[in-house]
Formats: sequence, C-alpha cells, structure tokens
Amino acid sequence: MSDKVPKRRDFLFTASYAVGAVGVGAVVWPLIDQMNPDASVKALASTEVDISSVKPGNTITVLWRGKPVFIRRRTQEEIKVARSVKMEDLIHPEKDEDRAKNPEWLVMLGVCTHLGCVPLNDKGDYDGWFCPCHGSHYDTSGRIRKGPAPWNMEIPKYEFVNANTIKIG
Amino acid sequence: MSDHEYIPKSKAGKWFNDRLPLLTLANHLTDYPTPKNLNYWWTFGGILTFCLITQIVTGLTLAMHYIAHADMAFESVEHIMRDVNYGWLIRYIHANGASMFFLAVYIHIFRSLFYGSYKSPREIIWIIGIIIYLLMMAAAFMGYVLPWGQMSFWGATVITNLFSAIPLVGEGIVTWLWGGYSVDNPTLTRFFTLHYLIPFLILGLVVLHIWALHVPGNNNPVGIDIKKPSKDTVPFHPYIVIKDGFALLMFMIVFAFFVFYAPNILGHADNYIEANPLVTPAHIVPEWYLLPFYAILRSVPDKLLGVIAMLSAILILAVLPWLDTSKIRSAVFRPLYKQFYWILVADVLILGYMGAMPAEGLYLLIARVATAYYFLHFLVILPVLGFKERTIPLPLSITEPVLGGSPNMAMAKKEESKIEK
Repeated sequence: MSDKVPKRRDFLFTASYAVGAVGVGAVVWPLIDQMNPDASVKALASTEVDISSVKPGNTITVLWRGKPVFIRRRTQEEIKVARSVKMEDLIHPEKDEDRAKNPEWLVMLGVCTHLGCVPLNDKGDYDGWFCPCHGSHYDTSGRIRKGPAPWNMEIPKYEFVNANTIKIG
Repeated sequence: MSDHEYIPKSKAGKWFNDRLPLLTLANHLTDYPTPKNLNYWWTFGGILTFCLITQIVTGLTLAMHYIAHADMAFESVEHIMRDVNYGWLIRYIHANGASMFFLAVYIHIFRSLFYGSYKSPREIIWIIGIIIYLLMMAAAFMGYVLPWGQMSFWGATVITNLFSAIPLVGEGIVTWLWGGYSVDNPTLTRFFTLHYLIPFLILGLVVLHIWALHVPGNNNPVGIDIKKPSKDTVPFHPYIVIKDGFALLMFMIVFAFFVFYAPNILGHADNYIEANPLVTPAHIVPEWYLLPFYAILRSVPDKLLGVIAMLSAILILAVLPWLDTSKIRSAVFRPLYKQFYWILVADVLILGYMGAMPAEGLYLLIARVATAYYFLHFLVILPVLGFKERTIPLPLSITEPVLGGSPNMAMAKKEESKIEK
C-alpha cells in the first residue's frame, strides 16, 4: 500500500473529506453553543447588598447568578479560630487572611463543592457549615475539613462599595 | 426466521406485499418459532413494551397541559392534578409507570443474568438492552425534574454536578448543561425537550433489540441451542401471545394498585414544595430505581473516583458477555454460579437500601463492602468461575429431560438431521 503513488483522485477524495468536515463542524457548533449561558443570563452578573442590619454571628443569604451567597459577620472568636488553623490540617490549604480580606466579613458562594447542595449554617464538627447531602464539614472560614467535597467553598469577586454595601460580581 | 416463503392468500394482499412486504413481516412475527419451555420470567419483554407505550401515550397527553417554565411548571402540574379532566389519573399513571418500567426492566435484566441470555450469539441484543437501560435512566431523571419541586431542583443540581468531577473541562460542561450558572429556566426547557425525545429513541432501539433477538431466536431456561422450527419450539402466536397476555394482566394489577391506592408511596413529599434555590432539603434521595448506583457513588470518599465507580457499575454490564468465561448459559447447570447469582441479587438489594439511608457510620461501611463485592463479582468471580466450575451435563434437547428415554432422543436427532438437509 505504502509504495502506491497517490493519484489525482486520491487528492480529490482527501480534499472533499476535509472540506466536508469543516462544513459539518461549522454547522454543528452553533447547535452546541446555543446551550451555553445566553446574553440575558450573563447580564445578571453583579448584585449590590446592604449589610448594615447584619449583627455579629449572623449570616444572610442572597441570590447571585441563581446561586446562594453567604455573607457572614463573624465574631472575634470565630475569626481567632479560623486564623489559628495549621495549614497542614487542611484538605485544600488556604489562609483565612486570603479568604476574608476584611476579617469580620466572610463572603462566599453557599454551594458545596461536592455536588452543589446548600450547606447548613452553624452546623458540623467545625462549627461552620455542614452539607446535608453527602456530609461535608466546613469550618468558620468555609474551608473543607471533612467529607467528600474536594475544595473550600468558593469566594466570589466582591468589593465594599462603602461601609454598608457589598457589590458581588 | 421461517424457512418458507410467505405468499398472501388474497390477490390484493399479494399485490401489496410485492411492493411492501409488511405481510411477510407480520407472518414472521406470528409464526416465529419460540422455545416451548419459556417460563414466566420471559414475559417481561412484552410487559416492557407495554410500559414504553403507556409512558409515551400518557406523556403526550400530559405535555398538552404542562408548561416548561421555571415560574409556571410547578403550578401547571398542580393544575393537571386538580383541574384537567382525569389529569390526576394520567399523571399518576405516568409517574408510577416510570417505577413499573424499572421494576420490569430489573426483572428482565436479572432473568438474563440467571439464564445467561447475554452470551454468544446474543451479545448485541444485550448491549442494545444496556443502551436502552441508560436512556431509560436519563429519561426518568429528566422527567423527575419537570414538576420543579424541591427534589426535582436539587436532584438536578446533584446529578449535573457529577460532571464537574471531570478534570479541567468539568465546570465548563456543567455550565453548558445548565445554560447558566445554576439549574434554572434554561435547564428546565432543555430537559423537557430531551425528556420528550428519549422515549422515541428507546422505541427505535427496541425495534433493533427485537430484530437482533429474531436472528438467533430466544434463549430458554435450559440454555441450549435448539433447532428451529422443531419439536422443541411452538409458534409465537397463539402460544406466547396468550402467556405474555396473562402475565401482562397480572402486572397491570400491581400497576393499578400503585396508581389507585398508593400513588405517592414511591415519590418524596419534598417534591410537593416548589423549587427553592436557597434551601436544600435535609435528605436528598434519588428515586428507588437509582439507589444502588447512588450508594456506590457515596461509598467512595473521593469525588472523581466516586463518579467513575458509579458509571463503571453500569458500563461493566456492557462487557459482561466477555467477562463471563463459562460456555454454559443457564445457571440451572452451573451449581456454583447459581449461588453467586443470588449473592449478587442480595448485594444489589443491600446497595439499594444503603442508598436510601444516610451515608454515615455502619450504613457507609456496609455500602463500601457491598460496592467492593459488586465489582468483585464481575471482575474476579465470573472470569474465574468459567474455568473452575464443574457444571452439570446439558440435555441434548428441551424434550429429552421430559421424555427421558434415549430411543426418543435418537428419533429426535434423526428428525433434526433430516431438517438440516
């Protein structure tokens, strides 16, 4: 086979298949991409939250991009516990200082990184959050400590617009 | 596969059949030679066809009233239950029909496992069956999302998040499946579309499943090859039609019991609460027919490995014809396999029970042992058993064990050799 000299017709076949494949790809891509988030979904990308009424030790939950965001005003003790954890004790090592720039406020997606359930507040072995679906325990910094979840709960992009308002997204 | 060429009696029939041989097909289906020793475990193919038709008919009528929108889906289902004429009946048949469908398919699959129906030359029938089973699970899962209750929403969230376990592209795939950043209206509309499509894909595969069956013909409880047609066979009509019909009636009594006396016993009360993306129900459980696989998912402490274990538990069935090295089909003649078969049945039932319990303590331990045994059965026990097991000698025909004497056998053999010529 290998010593056969390619003919004009072989070239035509190969060229036709190649053009055909490009054509099929060009038609299929819009049919696949239509399932990705559309313009109206992407437009709902940021949300402003008033946090003036949140007392220390309380958590409020707001909806952002269809997902719950936990905003917790932590007590001094919770901050102390979160900051004194040794890195080698963590499944997904992250410093509390990096997760909560302003130590009093922890802002994170309230979505368990295992399979996406909403963890329960003030529950679990580490007094942070506990996911009822498959038993993941998170600490007061939202870091995974025990259970099947692979990562800490995600910190979304957010900023303090002023002392009483957080803009998420 | 009747040997004779079929010629319609009427002139019009002959004219039509020459142009489109539908009457030849009908004749093949009625005359189709079937082993005469088929027991009631063989009636579930017909029962499953009935289940599929029931789901399509009730589904079509429900779709006339259902609204696939996150703001209206839950209310439209309540509207079906309260306002639509006989809406409650049609929806309860459809919802319980899914459970009945899986009940029948599990019996059908375990019958195949007991009598070795997946073995050569029926591997393609088996693999098509596994594809149908996978599509059934997809259709059932998406159908469960449509009422947009709490279990719908969180079930959809958990199952779609399984894909996020894939390294690198996982998150992108999940966003693509959702059409957003969480399960929401775009997810609901595409699930409705696919839920509508899949039953027709299944219908097409059922045709292939039966076509592939009619090439070698049915396996039978003795599991030996038989000559067709011969003393060992009866025509499909009326013998099998009547037997299937009777079994179907019995099955419909069970079906009707659930629809009329316990329509919600297989569901979850949480699904009568409208979907709320801020609150996860305390105890998320899939429908009963997915519980064994759910138990396998949860028994592995790592996310990616858990998903891989769960998928492997299903896909391992597709290569079963090559994992089982024994040439003997029926467990009747395999004394050791018969015992391991029943251990596997118990193992799957235990997994199902553990899937419904919280994943902690003793439950988790038992689920882990049962998961390990499930894979041990297919990957170690079955391949080794084919070489080690001392099987019971097979009869030469279905008739032999009944008539006993060898003189009859000699005659039967002579007749068969005549037919061959």
